[in-house]
Amino acid sequence: MSAVVINLVYIGAAVCFILGLKMLGRTESAKRGNLLSAAGMAAAVIVTLFSQEILTFEWIAGGVAIGSIIGAVAARRVQMTAMPEMVALFNGSGGAASLLVGWAAVQGSVVDGHATLSLFALATVFLSILIGGLTTTGSLIAYGKLSGRMDSAAVQFPGQAFLNVALVVTALVSGFIFVHDPHVFGVPFWLMLGTALALGVTTVIPIGGADMPVVIALLNSYSGLAASAAGFAIDNLLLIVAGALVGASGLILTDIMCRAMNRSLGNVLFSGFGSASGGTAIEGEARPVGAEDAYLMLEAATSVVFVPGYGMAVAQAQHVVRELAEVLEKNGAEVKFAVHPVAGRMPGHMNVLLAEANLPYDQLIDMEDANQMLPRTDIAVVIGANDVVNPAAREDEASPIYGMPIINVDHARTVIVLKRSLGAGFSGVQNRLFFAENTRMLLGDAKASVSALLGEFKD
Amino acid sequence: MEAGAVLLAFILVLSIFLGFELISKVPATLHTPLMSGSNAISGITLLGALAAAGAEQGDVAVWLGFAAVVFASINVVGGYLVTDRMLRFFRKKDDA
Repeated sequence: MSAVVINLVYIGAAVCFILGLKMLGRTESAKRGNLLSAAGMAAAVIVTLFSQEILTFEWIAGGVAIGSIIGAVAARRVQMTAMPEMVALFNGSGGAASLLVGWAAVQGSVVDGHATLSLFALATVFLSILIGGLTTTGSLIAYGKLSGRMDSAAVQFPGQAFLNVALVVTALVSGFIFVHDPHVFGVPFWLMLGTALALGVTTVIPIGGADMPVVIALLNSYSGLAASAAGFAIDNLLLIVAGALVGASGLILTDIMCRAMNRSLGNVLFSGFGSASGGTAIEGEARPVGAEDAYLMLEAATSVVFVPGYGMAVAQAQHVVRELAEVLEKNGAEVKFAVHPVAGRMPGHMNVLLAEANLPYDQLIDMEDANQMLPRTDIAVVIGANDVVNPAAREDEASPIYGMPIINVDHARTVIVLKRSLGAGFSGVQNRLFFAENTRMLLGDAKASVSALLGEFKD
Repeated sequence: MEAGAVLLAFILVLSIFLGFELISKVPATLHTPLMSGSNAISGITLLGALAAAGAEQGDVAVWLGFAAVVFASINVVGGYLVTDRMLRFFRKKDDA
């Protein structure tokens, strides 16, 4: 097939990606958008197989078969709570593939131990190895932290900043030498590859568990940029365009997550949040409530807003919570679910968990809408959320979470907080909401507490 | 820098701006599927992997290409399937 035909199909594929991404932005069209994007990918892969560069097919067939089976099984088996670590692994695969494509591009051009690519192509090979390598190991560390195979706390040690700077300088210097004197298996090449992989580790270990939404979004962006760099290295326009689209979308999500935590990207990446504590001490006493009294309050309410946090998913309570919401609606109350942008372990994670529990998406509202609605709400029910409903973010300038946008549940007439104990949140900050006049604490496992409430309604 | 390189850089910059425009108004509800769906697109590097694995250009390059094909296929196939699986959960109140 001629290069012209192949490139025309590539243009079509790029259009599919663009329209597909646009359609992924609306709930009604999202599923079709994903299929359109997949169709574009399939078309691009098929015409590539007909290109004159490709002479043998056995390695291709074997590789595609192995990769597809692994990908399909993983996609089918994964629990929705484990979605962040799954996406991290897929990210890492993409990064590794881009690294290898860049490497293979130099390797394939070698004559007598020297690569024969142009200076520009070699520079882009360097970039695809650097970004691809960093994405690969960074994603693996993120996977380890998210899946609990590694301690998710921020790892910090003296000289960390110095080490990172030294690694970056080593990568740049070895890359520079490699580009000007491209021995494939020389010391500069290995140094460049090694420092790229090391950077992924050293930049992700200092980031704590609750900041993972930012890291996942950023790594997503990197995997796109790595594909773009590989596109430059092998002169493929579709790789450049598609990679850039992903790079941009990852950056936007990174920015949204940072804003939702009122922190700069630099602060997330380098500060090791979660080790600090502080804020004004809280006076007062929490008011515990039993399932029976909580039931009487909910039974009389005409409007209820649930605020779920990651604790709800940990307790696997989403199904019983959805049942409770249905019972309340039958009882005549208006029921909504308010989801904070950083609830869960990746952007939008909580929404997927609630959708999986069969909650219709028109019952989910975002933080702004929730805050308009809460002053007119009878009862706000907080399940497994803590920092994102802490009024200290609004009122206490000494608090480490001061300035973070929160869901103002304390503006509701009554707040019921379901919580295992009276401990502090991830940020280590005590929550004054628990001691407020209009707050009642329903202590215990979230799933057991909600089941008890359901039991009261059924009697 | 060569003229071809400038052209590629030009396309890169325009694509990044297009990406910003496409994504900036997506509701929070869809952030996870958007991320896994765009992640699958980054598996486009598969095209480069195919070319490397299918070229007769010495053993090492083919091995690298083969490994790249495996990783990129995981990314593409897994990414699209898991996105589709997630999006099936999203339903409106009326459609049961």
